[in-house]
Formats: sequence, structure tokens, C-alpha cells
Amino acid sequence: MGDEIKLVEKSRIMDAAAMKRAMRRLATEIVEKNKGADDLYIVGIRRRGVPLAETITDKIEALEGQRPLYGILDITLYRDDLSTVGANPVVNRTELDEDIDGKNVILVDDVLYTGRTIRAALDQLMDFGRPRKVQLAVLIDRGSEHRELPIQADFVGKMVPTKQTEIIKVMLKEYDDVEAVGIFERS
Amino acid sequence: MEKPFRRRDLLGIRNISASEIIGILDTAENFREVNTREIKKVPALRGKTVINLFFENSTRTRTSFEIAAKRLSADAVNISVSSSSVAKGETLVDTALNLDAMDPDCIVVRHGSAGVPHQLANVSRAAIINAGDGANEHPTQALLDAMTIREHKGSIEGLEVAIVGDILHSRVARSNIHLLTKLGAKVRVAGPGTLVPGGFSHFVEKGMTVVPHIEDAIRGADVVMILRIQRERQDSAYFPTLREYSIHYGLTNERLELAKTDAIVLHPGPMNRGIEIASEVADSSRSLILDQVKYGVAVRMAVLYLATGGSASH
Repeated sequence: MGDEIKLVEKSRIMDAAAMKRAMRRLATEIVEKNKGADDLYIVGIRRRGVPLAETITDKIEALEGQRPLYGILDITLYRDDLSTVGANPVVNRTELDEDIDGKNVILVDDVLYTGRTIRAALDQLMDFGRPRKVQLAVLIDRGSEHRELPIQADFVGKMVPTKQTEIIKVMLKEYDDVEAVGIFERS
Repeated sequence: MEKPFRRRDLLGIRNISASEIIGILDTAENFREVNTREIKKVPALRGKTVINLFFENSTRTRTSFEIAAKRLSADAVNISVSSSSVAKGETLVDTALNLDAMDPDCIVVRHGSAGVPHQLANVSRAAIINAGDGANEHPTQALLDAMTIREHKGSIEGLEVAIVGDILHSRVARSNIHLLTKLGAKVRVAGPGTLVPGGFSHFVEKGMTVVPHIEDAIRGADVVMILRIQRERQDSAYFPTLREYSIHYGLTNERLELAKTDAIVLHPGPMNRGIEIASEVADSSRSLILDQVKYGVAVRMAVLYLATGGSASH
């Protein structure tokens, strides 16, 4: 897969405890805005949106005593850069076992940057049915000046204004050794 | 010829590695879910053109490739020999060059002669997928068979697989023997002496054995793969009568008793009921013939996706 790009961590912006608090707040805000867990469908976007969506689902269940529906989207087949040079995406499975018609879908991803992933996720969702509402929850929002499409998040764990040369990495125990968020730059 | 960036041919199983095979199978597993959706279509190959160039009759394989291409949003064009200019005297290479001039991204080809897909791959910029060439290979059939086996047995390594019937004329057998031995299965082949080629010694080194009787092949097998008697290819007498073939090599319930109790039965279709396979076996729950057809679409979606630029799941 090409040469490994060397990244240097410039600063750590969240540790495990801060992430936990942010996730708890996201879950609370989602429940408040949607007036409970009825008709909620929490959908994680592969890869790093998936463990976050699972955590939010757990926390909503703890808050409301009712577990919302939960699913996974793999947006690979809906990407807009499939035919451009360099794209080499691997297809993984989408798991939306319950009908999304009439549900309040909460899309969950780790970082909101250009908005293109969310565009692909929305297109795919619409092929599955007609949700009543779709809202977006992200752990990190890099700021609207980077957006390439008119998309914004409804629930944000932390707003982190960044330069284009910077890379935000959300590290999760499922994929990385640590649970943290850092700003990285190419060395 | 230099292919455009990331375009890849699938000419046979023989020239790909075990890890490439597993990559295709894993990708196909992930495509299966698309076929269970209400809207069975994803935009991945939007704007790409797939030509199904069939010099031999086929309903199942051509339809399967066409459905696979359409579910990926590619435009599929079917060309069959009866309507092509080959009948007007055009050579194969000229046909290929003319198609190539229309800038297809992928050509799926079936031909009665071995090596035609390889020849096309040399002159075309499109990715070439072999959908069966003579008695040489039929790679997507072997891949869908492998997917069916994995689905029921978990993995292929260490399985005992019996392949029974007309090995001589069977591209399905060749592709399957390559695939199964590469993935570590033990393959036993049985058929009338006239229908088992002598020059299979290179397979023997890799874990295949030739046994004289169907019973020897089936005994203790996890998978029993029955080949079709290709009556259209038998220009000379390889066995006295179909009835005699069926008595000695037909798969009946009694013979299937020799296999493991959880053995599964595969057949590439179309079946000659009552000749190579008894109806009672074909219609039993151990026969996975329709599963093979179902997985065929997912396998061909994966192959089209990978041939035109995607990379394999791992």
C-alpha cells in the first residue's frame, strides 16, 4: 500500500477520560433533542465511527433504560473518488438489519472534515429507505472552513480548528494501543 | 499491452496466489449483503462499461455477470456469437481491437478454445475476465464453488474433496483443482479412464490423487463435486452409453452414504438429472446447487470491482 508516511504528534487534545466525558455528553444531547430513545437508530460509519456508535448506544441505553437500534455503514461503494488515481478502497460489510423507514437516524463518525464521507453515507442511507430524520454526531469537528459540501454536525464532541496540513487522529482501543485524540503533522 | 492504472485481468486460477484467491473470496463475502437489500444497486462502477463477449452459449454465467455488473451500476453490453461479425469472417483479434476502440473498461469472454482470453488480454486495454475457455479454465466458477464450501465448512484447508465425472472436457474441474490444492484441500478425482487426462501429474504433486472408482473418491469426503457430462463436446465414444455411465459414475444416495455425514454436494450446472446425479440427491438438503448460483453473483461483483480498480478485503 505505498510508503508509510511518517507522522509526528504535535499535541494531544483529548485523553481517554476526556473522550469518555465527550461521548457521555453526546449521548445526553441526542436523547434530549430526540426526546428519548424511541425510534432512534444509531449508525456508525466504518471504521472509527463504529466503536463510537457502539459507545453512544450503550450510554443511551444506560440513560433511558431502552436500547436504541444500532447499525454499521460501509461507504466504500458510494465514494466519489473511486475512479481517481490513488484510491484503493477495500469493501467491507454494511449491517443495517432493521428497517430505517420512519426512524431518527444518528450517523456517527470520528472526524468531520470535508463532508464527503457524510455525503456518501447519506446517499447510501437513502438507498435503504426513508428515515424520518438524519442527524450527524462526530467526536471532532475540524471546522466549517474545510468543508467541501454544505454539511454540518448536529452533535459535536469537540470543535478543533485546524490547518489543512494537520491530521487529526482519533485513536481507539479497538484499533490502536491507546484511547486518545491527537493533532499530527508530516515530519 | 500496458493496461491503464489499476486495471487487472482474471485469466485463470492457475496464475494467481492463494492470498489473492482469499482476497477475492473475502471481498465477495462483503458484496453478498448488497444482494439482500431492497435496492440491490450501488454506484461503485458508475460510468464503466462491461462487455459480455460470449462465443459459446450460456444462460447462467452470462446472466450472472450481467446482473453483477448492473448491481454495481456499470453499463453491461451482451454480445453473442450468433449476432457477431465472427460469422461474417472477422478474426478474433480484429473483433477485440474493434471493441477496444469503443473504450470498454472490462471484457468478460467465453470461448470454445483454450487461451482466447489470454490472447484478448494481449491486444485489449480493457480488463479481461475469463468466463470459460475451452477445457482450460473457468475461474469464477471455481471461486463461487469455494465460496459455497467456505460458507458451509468454514475453511478449505484440510478438507477432502471428490471431483467426479468428465474431467477431460471440464474447465470447471481444472480451475477447481488449482484453487482447492492452492488452499490446502486434498482432492480426489474419479471418472472413466477415457475421461481422466493422463497429464495431470503436476496436480498430483500438489495434493491431488486420481482414483479409479467413484466410491474411492467419495469415501470420507467433505465435499462431493459432480461434473456435467458434456454431451455436446463428446464427438467420439468415451463410454458406451449414458445408462452405463450413470450405473458406474452417477451420484446416488447409496454412494453419498460413503461420504462424511455432513458432506455437501456441488454441481456447476446445467444438470443431467438421472445421469451424473440422481434427482433424489439433487433435490436433497445436502445439494447446494442453488447456493452456488446465488454466490455466483457476489463473486462476479467482487471480480468486476477488483478488475476495474478496487482492492481486496483482508
